[in-house]
Order: sequence, then C-alpha cells, then structure tokens
Amino acid sequence: METVIDIQRLSKSFGSHEVLTDIHFSVNKGEVVCIIGSSGSGKSTLLRCVNLLEKPSGGKIIYNGENILDDKHDIHLYRRKLGMVFQQFNLFNNHNVLGNCVIGQMKVLKRSKEEAEQVALKYLKVVGMDRFVNAKPRQLSGGQKQRVAIARALSMEPDVLLFDEPTSALDPEMVGEVLKVMKELAGSGLTMLIVTHEMEFAKEVSDRVVFMDKGVIAEEGSPEQIFNHPTVDRTREFLKRTLQ
Amino acid sequence: MSLEWIIKIIEMYWPMFLRGAGVTLLIASVGTIFGALVGLLAGIIRTIPMPERGAKKALLKVINILLSIYIEFFRGTPMIVQAMVIFYGSAAAFGWDMDPIIAGIVIVSINTGAYMAEIVRGGIISVDQGQYEAAQAIGMNHIQTMLNVVMPQVIRNILPASGNHFIINIKDTAVLSVISITELFFQTKTVAGNNYRYFEAFFIVSIIYFVMTYAVTLILRYFERKLDGPDNYSMVGHKQNNETQVDLAK
Ligand SMILES: Nc1ncnc2c1ncn2[C@@H]1O[C@H](COP(=O)(O)OP(=O)(O)O)[C@@H](O)[C@H]1O
Ligand SMILES: [Mg+2]
Repeated sequence: METVIDIQRLSKSFGSHEVLTDIHFSVNKGEVVCIIGSSGSGKSTLLRCVNLLEKPSGGKIIYNGENILDDKHDIHLYRRKLGMVFQQFNLFNNHNVLGNCVIGQMKVLKRSKEEAEQVALKYLKVVGMDRFVNAKPRQLSGGQKQRVAIARALSMEPDVLLFDEPTSALDPEMVGEVLKVMKELAGSGLTMLIVTHEMEFAKEVSDRVVFMDKGVIAEEGSPEQIFNHPTVDRTREFLKRTLQ
Repeated sequence: MSLEWIIKIIEMYWPMFLRGAGVTLLIASVGTIFGALVGLLAGIIRTIPMPERGAKKALLKVINILLSIYIEFFRGTPMIVQAMVIFYGSAAAFGWDMDPIIAGIVIVSINTGAYMAEIVRGGIISVDQGQYEAAQAIGMNHIQTMLNVVMPQVIRNILPASGNHFIINIKDTAVLSVISITELFFQTKTVAGNNYRYFEAFFIVSIIYFVMTYAVTLILRYFERKLDGPDNYSMVGHKQNNETQVDLAK
C-alpha cells in the first residue's frame, strides 16, 4: 500500500505546554482515517501540524519520500497538495460560492479562469451546491457553507483531504447533509483524514480509527477493533462516555 | 437687508467661491486618497507577524516604533499647527518654497494617514484569522492571501471611515488658510473683507460646505451598497437528481 503521509515522532509544544508527544502514524492512499478523542486531546493540533498551520516542535513529516519539515522545503507547494475543511467553514467573505472555489485554482495552480470554473462546478455538483454559484457566504446556512468549503478544497484536487470536526459548528438538522457528502467522498476513493465526534459516521466510513488521549495516540486499529474490542482502558472509558 | 446682499455677493463673487470650493475639494480628495494609501501601508506593516528572530525582527521593530511615533504625533497635534510647522519649517530648513496647494495636500495626507493607520489595523484584525488560515491551507502565500482575501475585505471595512475622513477633510482644509492656500474659507474671508458683509459671506459658504459634504455622503453610500452586491442571489439551473458520479481517486 502506498503511503501518502508518514508522521514520525511528531511533537508540539505551546511554550512549556506539550500538546503532542511522540506521534507516529501514516495515511495510505485511498484510505479514510478518523481521529477520535475527547476535547483537548490534541486532535486539531495534530491536523494543523500535518498541513503546517502549526509548526511542529519536533519529528518528521514525510511526504513523497521527503521530510517537509526541512528548512529548504517550500511549505506552500506542500500545502496545495492537502485540502483542509475547518469547523468554522472559513469561506472567503469577499467571494461568492463560485469565487471561493475558483480563486485558489487560479492564484495557486495558475489555472485559467475557464478551466477553474469548470473544475469548481464539477465539485460544487458533487456537494449539491452548483445552483448557488452566485450566493455570498453570508447568504448560506451552515450546512451549505460547509459543503461549499468541501467543494473549495476538492477544487484544488489535493492528495489528501483533512477535516477538523466539520459538523461540530452545525445545527443538528444540518449535520446529515454534510455527513452524506463526506460518505460519498469516502466511497469514491479519496484519501481522507477526519477529526470527528460523530461515532456512527466514523464506524461506517473509516478504514482505520485513531484514538487520541492527552496528546498521544492511545490506540489505533480497524473500526471493528476500536469500537467493538478496544484493548486500552482509556479507549473503553471514552467510548462509554460518548456512546451512551 | 441681508437677502439682497446675499444675492449680490453671489452674483459678484461666484467665481471666487467656485475656485475656492475647487481647491478645497482638490486638497481634501487627493489628501484623503494619499492618506488612505499611507494608512493602508502603515496598517499592513503594523500587522505583519513578528519574525521569531534575526535581522528581520530588529528591522520590523524599528519600523514599528517609527510608525507609532508618526501616528501618535500627528493625531496628538492640531492640523493648523502642523501646517505652520511643515510649511515654514520646510522653507527654513531646506529653503523649499512649497506650492501652498502641494503643501496642503501633503499636510492633509500625513494627517489622514495617521488616523487611517489605526483604522486599517482594526480592519485587518476584523477579518477573522480563519479566512487567513483557509487561504494558507489552499497554498496561497502571505501576499496572495493579503491581495485576494484580506485586503478586499479590509477596504470594504474601512470605506465608511475613509468617507468620514473625506468629509472631515473638506471641513478642516479651512485651517489651511493660515498658510495662504486659496481654498474656500480663504476666499470667503476675502469676499467678506471687501464688503464688510461677514454674516452674508459666511452664510453662503456654510451652504457650500454642506452641499459638498452631503454630496460625498450620498456618493459613498452608493458605493458601499454597490460593493456589498445584491441582497439576494439567483439560483442557477434546475433542481435535479444529484447523483453525479465522480471518480475522485487519482
Ligand atoms: N495556539 C495555542 N496556544 C496554546 N495552547 C494551545 C493552542 N492551541 C491548542 N492549545 C492547547 O492544546 C491542547 C490541545 O488542543 P486541540 O488540539 O485543540 O484539542 P482538540 O482538537 O482535541 O480538542 C489544549 O490543551 C489546548 O488548550
Ligand atoms: Mg479541535
């Protein structure tokens, strides 16, 4: 199996507060990996370290056989290979729906306007937002915003798509529409790394589940193994708390 | 009777009022635009994230201190005094014989810049960090992020304050008459002095000032609405079964 990202001995401290300790894990091509764990366990920080929104304090991130934490590496070149979907959507308020999906393609990938719009429309269709190309972010519901944010990330045609609790800021009735889109993407062979509190969803779509606790990976395995036969006490306690 | 005098003054002196209004508008508009640019630049510099170490950090620190001095000094002294200092100071120190209109534009620009720097800084901070990060996550560098995501919103955010400052500048250029700029207030003083008709002359000019500032208010409101775009959006195409199968695996 081809490894897309390989993380070795990753650590991250904010000042003297060590948030991630000795993280090892990798994502393979076409794999859907869900990261679960209680709030404050370092899930977001790990995701943000993976695309260098946070600078790791130590360790290696191997991508395409190279450690992208080497000084010589161009982080902007690396970042365009990873898509990110945020909890708070973070759409560009000065662009409409189409513009949100087009601007990165034109400025970063140097695609022509026509090509970029075509690609954007294709992915807006995937998330069911193609009829809203003219809408401004402020005119959309949370679920619609998040689907546009997913289309924006897809439009860059990344190798891996990262999701940081994409449904946590949504009203309950909108969670379903976003999860539905994500399930379709998972089924289509996209490589995805998802931080989520939606356990049913994680069980259903994951090839692998990573359980984080207090800045370390406490347990990792197939969904069947993690949800039905956890071997670590902390995993059991967490699942008992969240699944009841 | 005053009304007769008002009509008479307008008839006799309208070219002087018009020229004065023209100079006032010229200084206020050019000064506001340059001032906004100065403020934009100063505001951008003041929001550059501090590098962790090295020469860049030292340089940025020095620049930031100089900017703070500039902002605090020009906000903390009256424009009429600044006008005197710059106009007579440049003559005394460098032997410059500045064209008074140029001097006026310079004074209004630096003055406006000092105010706008703070407003721009607020405008940049008010574009949430999340949008900046989203642009970075797409692979944009700092400059691309600033140009395509942050600055358009900053400009929209500072537009009301800039307009406000334009209006203030139309009124405050009156103090530039102390360095003999023939703007509207200076012309009015001349007219009033010629006839000893102070009330009538200044009554006329109060109307002229108001027409100018109110016109600017209306124009700016129009632009703001235009920038915000329509309040609703039109849907494209027809609702259909969205079972488009796209193979995303590469
Ligand atoms: N920018 C930051 N500065 C200082 N501490 C931070 C910062 N970001 C996160 N942390 C701390 O790191 C820990 C892990 O946070 P986070 O990764 O957001 O957890 P999770 O996403 O699992 O809820 C928390 O204790 C949090 O307070
Ligand atoms: Mg989090």
